[in-house]
Parts: sequence; structure tokens; C-alpha cells
Amino acid sequence: MMRGLMRNSTNISTNPMQDSTTLSPKICSDSENGQWTTIIRPRSPWFDVNLAELWQYRDLIRLFVRRDFVAQYKQTILGPLWFFIQPLLTALVFTVVFGRIAKIPTDGVPDFLFYLSGTVCWQYFSTSLVQNADTFVANAGVFGKVYFPRLAVPVSIVISGVFKFLLQFGLFLIFLLYFLVKGSSVGLSVWAIALPLLVFQMALLGVGWGILISSLTTRYQDLRHVVPFGVQLWMYATPVVYPLSMAPERLRDVFALNPMTAVVEGFRLGFLGASALNGKYVAISWVMTLIILFIGLVVFSRVEKTFMDTV
Amino acid sequence: MSVVISIEDLWKQYRLGVLGYRSLHKDLQSWWARLHSKEDPNLPVDRTELGGNGPTDKIWAIRDVSLEVKDGEVLGIIGRNGSGKSTLLKIISRVTAPTRGEARIRGRVASMLEVGTGFHPELTGRENVFLNGAILGMTVRETKKKFDQIVDFSGVERFIDTPVKRYSSGMYVRLAFAVAAHLDAEILLVDEVLAVGDAAFQKKCLGKMGQVASGGRTILYVSHNMPSVVNLCSRAIVLEKGQVEFTHENPRQATQYYEEHVIGDIRNSVPIPLKDRVDRQGIGDLRIVGFASLTPDGEEISTLTLGQPVEFRIYYEVREGHNPRNVAAAIAISSRSGAFLTYLSNYGCSDGFPSVARNGFIACKVDKFRLSPGSFVANLALHEGQTLQDWIQGAVEIRVNEGDFFGTGRLFPPSHHGLVYLDQEWSWGTESGAGHL
Repeated sequence: MMRGLMRNSTNISTNPMQDSTTLSPKICSDSENGQWTTIIRPRSPWFDVNLAELWQYRDLIRLFVRRDFVAQYKQTILGPLWFFIQPLLTALVFTVVFGRIAKIPTDGVPDFLFYLSGTVCWQYFSTSLVQNADTFVANAGVFGKVYFPRLAVPVSIVISGVFKFLLQFGLFLIFLLYFLVKGSSVGLSVWAIALPLLVFQMALLGVGWGILISSLTTRYQDLRHVVPFGVQLWMYATPVVYPLSMAPERLRDVFALNPMTAVVEGFRLGFLGASALNGKYVAISWVMTLIILFIGLVVFSRVEKTFMDTV
Repeated sequence: MSVVISIEDLWKQYRLGVLGYRSLHKDLQSWWARLHSKEDPNLPVDRTELGGNGPTDKIWAIRDVSLEVKDGEVLGIIGRNGSGKSTLLKIISRVTAPTRGEARIRGRVASMLEVGTGFHPELTGRENVFLNGAILGMTVRETKKKFDQIVDFSGVERFIDTPVKRYSSGMYVRLAFAVAAHLDAEILLVDEVLAVGDAAFQKKCLGKMGQVASGGRTILYVSHNMPSVVNLCSRAIVLEKGQVEFTHENPRQATQYYEEHVIGDIRNSVPIPLKDRVDRQGIGDLRIVGFASLTPDGEEISTLTLGQPVEFRIYYEVREGHNPRNVAAAIAISSRSGAFLTYLSNYGCSDGFPSVARNGFIACKVDKFRLSPGSFVANLALHEGQTLQDWIQGAVEIRVNEGDFFGTGRLFPPSHHGLVYLDQEWSWGTESGAGHL
């Protein structure tokens, strides 16, 4: 009677296997690929961003966004109101503390508007970053059981962030109109058209930093606690509660290295008409954004295949 | 038939110990120490040098596994906890990457490694069906098409628009399984998902799995439920310590191998002679010292044959100074997985032998052994009247070979052995008359 295959007699203690980190990536040929839909290997390419796959999973991304909104809506009494109350209160506090008490100048623009503009931008960026930084750990449950492109989560976070931003931006516009009607010295400039670009840049920045930190936190969990705190400090390093024009000329270049500087100032230039922004700073800002995004994607690609083993 | 999954020389390594709680601070400390050729302050105490031959904290969960699965095959994967079954599925479903080796897949893979993945308590059942479906890989359109079927299968129609946090755990699980059961992919990975829900629902699940299995999809089925593996699978493999220990076209053979060799550890242990066994219960005035199976001619055999007469002998000895009275013996035969099958005894149906010799045997004759081919375990016991004198559990192994049960030279195929063979006589007839086979 056929007994079937039995275990081979390899003695594991003489296993000459090296540590897996010394492996080099395998290259596959086209003819091999033709037959198979998926090939699973130990190492992924160092830059593994599969946009086609993300597009395939667009329904999932949409549902994640919806889930974020609905969950927030249903869990709090204030629900949707919270989207407005938060920036309003923050801007109010800033106006009182920085505007009245500390008497920081605001480029000739009404205090409240100044702080509201900064807050609205910063909120979007910081939530994007903080939520993304937690991607792997927060979703370890789902990631550990099913495969779907891991980038779907950061993308969905950013998209739901955009929606929230639009709501708050609407609020900002209302106040802007109010101040315009009252005849203040604010003016929409032609740069207001650049808004979509700014939003896009903030999204890229949030995703880039977020996934970078997220990949690192799979190994070093204490980074998770550093992030919210780090973001707060970063806010003070960005001209959110003060205008860039307050900084001396030489220092401004240093500020420009912070990609969010150009974003916030750009927003103000577009809608409030006053800013110390120039083309150089915008260019630096974009370069920094793209570098960070690139590094983030590379690290993320390396980590995503095996993070489940260490998270 | 074409191959849809091809696994070649797959290895997967895990690091043991507390993971993910490394701190940047500690890593920097260790790095700094290494840089300055000082002792690493963060090494565990019993290691004196880095990378020495001390106990390793790495474990190979999968070792050199090579496997091919053909289109439409239902492959059962069985093995102990920790043998690498779940890891293998995780690699195929791309949840984690292998350390070495390669896996090639043709077709969409849908995995049922856990039900209810991604269910959010605040969302309604309806919303969760779509979300869960999307996570598992279905588009919204696909889910919409199957929505009614899914809800119908789950039986939670009335509650489909209430938030899932209000569901009972049974409802939750039924809905979750219903979504997973309607996945439309060429390859399905199923991991002990059916071990949830009440008996009625489990039966429904098994039915659905059977339906899916016969629908031509390729399925990898990991389970501890041996009967379901035998029923659903067309082939089975046994994993042990990350290696494929055994593979066979007949899943029953694989489950038997598993029960005998993996659980029973026959491979590893040298059986202790009965007289030396100390794990026994009872007063001990009478002691079991041996067991044998004999043919009617008195020849000792190690393996029984289905349908053949056999005599069982329990050898015993009586303690010095004790008089044996009303002695009865019992043999309780169970399957390898613990199902109690049959009882042989003169205890209970009589008073026992009024007296027996001081050293000898008690014999039991069975004229036609009816247990199907396979391996069984027997407990042995000796009573004196109502008193238990000696009881050894897992005393002997009884192996049964195929034999000519019906006297026709023909037997049912192995998949239809069941556990017992019964004598049977078949005929046909009409109301007004009868015929004979």
C-alpha cells in the first residue's frame, strides 16, 4: 500500500543557512511571469508602489473614508459640529494669547483670520500625520489576517482629511467674507487658485512622514508616543501663530527648510494677501516634501511585507 | 490539470522573545557598546558573547516546504498547533513574506483566516458587509450582487440595519462568515474558521464549504476537525515542526498518520512493557502484566485482520497472600482521536470468574472483528466484583488490516470504511413479491 512521502532526513543543526538579511533580491524573467498572477518572494523591490493595485482597491479606500466619518459622527454627541468647533476654539485661544496678550504682529491682517488660517491648514496636516504614524500598529489586527495593499490605509486617511479640511475651509471662507464685508485690509490674491496644490502638498507631506514613522514604530514602539508631542513642537517651528515676516532675513532660509512653512504662508498669500513668501521658499518646500515622501515610501515598502512579524 | 499554487523551498523564520518592545534607547545603547567593544548591556543574562553558540532566539516556522496544488483540488493541511499551518497560509495570502524560497500563484486568492476582519462596531450590519467584503477583496458591485444571498445565509435580515455592536456574538459570527463564504476567487484559504457558532450553524458552514469545494475552486483547508478534512478534501498533508511530514491522495490516510504518529508519538517513544507501567489505578491486588492477540490457532499476531476471529489475552499476576474472587476483565477500545468505540468485558454482564489461577491470562474471543482498518488504542482493566483492581489507560495499540469481511474478496474503498463494518444482506422487491441479490 502506498505510504506517500515521508519527511526527509535533513539535520537542522547543520543548517548552513545564513541570516536572511544578506539575501539579495531575486529577479524574475518575463516568461516566468506570464504563467503566474502573483509571485511571493522574501524581498520586495526597494520601491514597491503599486498604483494599479491601489486603484483596484478603490472601493476599499472609499469605504475606509466613509467608516472614519461615520464612526466619528456616531460616537460623539457633537458629531459633525466638532469639525467646526475645534478650529474655532483654537483660533480664538491663539487670538487671545498671541494676539492680545503677547501682541505678536500679524502682517497687517485681522488677528482672528490670521490664526484661523494657520489653524485650518495645520489641523489637516497634523491629523494626517498623527493618524498615519499609527497605521501599522492601529491596524495590526486587519493587516495580520487579510492582504490588501497597505498603502490603502494612508491614502484613505489623507482623503478623509481632505474632506474635513474642506469643511473647515468653508468655515474660514465665511469668516473671510465677514471681514471683507466689514472692510478690513484683506484681499484675495490670484494665488488663491493654488489652494488645490497646497492641499495636495500637505497630503503628500502627511503621508510621507506618516508612513515613515509608521514603519519605524513597528520596531520602536516608543516612537508612537513621541509623534503627537513632536507634531506640537513642529507647529511652533512653523509660522502658524506668527508670520514669517517676523523672522530675520537670514533665519527665514532655515524656516524654509520646514516644508510646512511655504504651505501656510502660501495659504495666507492666497486668501489674506500678506505674506513673506517667495518662489525660492516654495521650491525648497516642494523638494523637501518629495524627498520625505520618497524616503517614506522606500522604508514602507521594505517594512510592509514582514512588519506583522514584529509589530 | 494545471498547477495553481507552486511552492518551492519555502522557509520562514520568526524571532522569539518580546518583540516590538524594543526601544530606540536600548538599541542605541547596544550599538554604542558594540562600537566601543564593550559588553552589550542589553543581552539576556545567559549569553556571554554576541552571536555565539548560545540558545538562539530565532525559530524556523516553515522549513523547506515544497508543494504543488492543482486547479480544483481541495487540499487539507493538518498538524499540531505550532506546526506551521497558519504560517503557511499567511505566506500564501501575502500577509507576511517568506524568509527564503518562493511561492507562485495563479488566480485570485481569498482568505478566510478570521471572520469579521475589519468589522466596525458603529457601522450597521449592511455597511459592515460592504466594508468586510472590500477588505477581503470584493468590489462594491460584487458585494451588491451577492448581498441578498449573504444576508439570507446569515439569518440576520431583521437586524441588518442596526449597528453591529448590538449583535449577539452568534449573529456577529454568522454575518461575518456569510460574507467570507461568498467570496469569489479562484483560490480560497480557510483556516479553522468553522470552529465558531452553534452546532446548527457549523453544519450550515460545512455544507457551504462542501458546495464551494465541489464548485471547482481550489481550496487550502486547515483544520483540527478530522472528519471534515476527510469529507471535504481530495488530498491532505501533515505538517509537523514546519515540514511536510506526510502527504497522501487519501485524506483519511493523512489523518490517520497524524493521529498515530504526531499525536500518538509512536515514532518517538519506546513502548513501556505493561508490567512496568506505573500509571495505573486500582487497588493492585491483581496486576495486568501483559496483553496479546491470537489467532484461533493460538498464534500470536501483532496486527488484526478485519473480519477475522481473534482472541485477546490479558496476562495478570496476583499479589502474594491475596485470593482472587469474581474476577472480571475489560477492554475498552477507542479511536486514536479519543472516540470511545466498543467495550469487551465480562464485568457487568456476569459476576466474573469465581476464581482464577495466580498467574495466567483472561481471554476474550471475538468471532469476527468488525472495526475498520486503522489504528486503535485500548484501555485494560481488571475488577474483583465491584472493586477496581487495575486499570491502565492507553495500554495497547490495536492495529487492524484490511481483510475479507464479507467473504467475497471485495471490500468497500478506504474512504468508505467508516469505523465499523456490519454484516449486511441486500435484496429488492415489490409489494407483491420479492427478489434476491
